[in-house]
Amino acid sequence: MASSNDNPALLDIAEVSKSFGPVSVLRSVSLQVAKGEVVTIIGPSGSGKTTLLRCVNFLESYDSGSIRIDGKEVGFRDGGARQRRSERDLAAMRAETGMVFQSFNLFPHLSAAGNIMLGLTKVRGKSKTEARSIAEHWLGRVGLAHKADSLPAELSGGQQQRVGIARAVAMEPKILLLDEITSALDPELVGEVLAVVRSLAEDGMTMVMVTHEMAFARDASSRIVFMADGGVSAVGPPKDVLAAETTNERLRTFLARFRASHF
Amino acid sequence: MGYTLNFNLIWRHFDKLWGGLLLSLELAVISIAIGIVIGLVLAVWYVSAGRVVRAIIAAYVEFIRNVPLILLVYLVFYGLPTVVDLAYSAPTSFVLTLSVYSGAYLVEVFRSGLEAVPRGQLDAGKAIGLTPWQRLIHVRLPTMLRITLPALSNTFISLFKDTSIASVISVPELTYGAQWINFNTFRIVEVYLVTTAMYLATGYTLLFALRLVERRFRAAR
Repeated sequence: MASSNDNPALLDIAEVSKSFGPVSVLRSVSLQVAKGEVVTIIGPSGSGKTTLLRCVNFLESYDSGSIRIDGKEVGFRDGGARQRRSERDLAAMRAETGMVFQSFNLFPHLSAAGNIMLGLTKVRGKSKTEARSIAEHWLGRVGLAHKADSLPAELSGGQQQRVGIARAVAMEPKILLLDEITSALDPELVGEVLAVVRSLAEDGMTMVMVTHEMAFARDASSRIVFMADGGVSAVGPPKDVLAAETTNERLRTFLARFRASHF
Repeated sequence: MGYTLNFNLIWRHFDKLWGGLLLSLELAVISIAIGIVIGLVLAVWYVSAGRVVRAIIAAYVEFIRNVPLILLVYLVFYGLPTVVDLAYSAPTSFVLTLSVYSGAYLVEVFRSGLEAVPRGQLDAGKAIGLTPWQRLIHVRLPTMLRITLPALSNTFISLFKDTSIASVISVPELTYGAQWINFNTFRIVEVYLVTTAMYLATGYTLLFALRLVERRFRAAR
C-alpha cells in the first residue's frame, strides 16, 4: 500500500477488526483513499464490504484499529483511549461523510426536496429558503427538478435512489459512501443511477462504493478493492486487480461465479 | 307484549343526556390528552432505556391491562383518599384514573410503532448528521405516527366508551344521565335506546374524523 506520509490520505482505515460474537467480519483491514479517488469494493457476500463501509461513518463500531477522515478519528475520542465519542460529536463527524443506501432509506413523510433540506436546515443551520434552493440545484443535477415536491412513494426506485444521492451530496461531504446502491433496482433503472455517480466522479467527489456492477467498477474507479473473508485480498487499479485473477484463487472463484450469474 | 314505546319523558329530560354526552366527551378528551403525553414519554423512554426501566414500564402496562377499569375507578375514588390525605371531586378522580389507564394502552401503541420504524430510516438520519433528539423528532416520530394511526383511532374510540364507567362514582356523564332518567321515569327501553344511539353517533363521528386524518397521512406517505 502506498505510503501516505507526504500526501496524507483523506480516509485512512488502519488495521480495523471487528467480530460479531465468534464470527470475524473484518480482519485487520487497512485502506487509504486519497482526495478525489473513486474506490470500489467488490467481493462475495459476507466478505465484510458493507460492514467496512458502515464503520467509516460509525453506523457500526469496530473492535480495534482506527478510521480517520482528514486525520480525525471518526468514532472515538482523540487521545487513543478508545473512548466512544459523544452522540453530538458523532453526529458532527457523520455530517462530514455522505451515505447512499441499498434500500434508499428516504424519509417517507418528506418530499424529495424535504429529504434533502432536512440535513441542510437541522445540521448545517441553513435557512429554509437557502436549503430549498440547494435542494433544487441538486435535484436538477440528478435530473429530478420536476419532482421536488413528490413524495418518495410517488417516485420509481431509480428516482428515489437519485434523491438519496442528492440528499447525501447536498451536505457537501468530504467523502461519499455508496452501499450497493443499485442492488435493489430493476435492471433498466441501474443506468440512470450510475450515470449520476459517474458525473459526481468527474466533479472530483471522493467516493467509496460497494458494488456488484463489475463493468462500472472497471470503468469508473481509480482503484478496486477485492475483499474476501473479512480481509483485503487484492487492491489496485482496476486492470491490475482483474488481472490478478491468475494468481488469486479467491478472486478467480468470485469472478467466475460472477460471470456465470451475470452473462 | 303490552309495552308501548313512549319517548315523551325522555325528551323532557333530554338535557340530562345532552349535558352528559358533553361531559363524556370532555372526560375523554382530557384523559386521552394526558394519556398521550404519558404514553409518548414512556414509549420513547422504553425504547432507549435499560432493562430496569423497561421492566418498570412493562409492569405498569401489565398492571393496568389486567385490572378492570371499574376497579381502578373505585380504588382511586374511594381507596386512595383514605390512605393519603387527598381530596378531589369525582370527575377529577375519574380523569386521573382514565389518564393513567389510557397512558398504559398508548405506551403499547406508541412503543410498537417506534419499534416498527425501519432501521434504514434511522441510519439515514444518522448519516446526514442528525443528533439523537433530531432523529426522534424529525424521523422517528413522524413515521411512528403514520404507522400507529389506525391503532390509535381504535384506542381513542374505546377510551371514549370507557367514560361510561364514570357513572359508578356519580359523575353526571351520558350513562349516568341515562340511569337518572331510568330511575325517575321507568322508561328503561326508551332511555337506553336513545343513549345507545347517542354513543353510536358520537363514536361514528369520531371514527369518521380519525379516518379522514388517516387518509390524509396515507396520501402523504
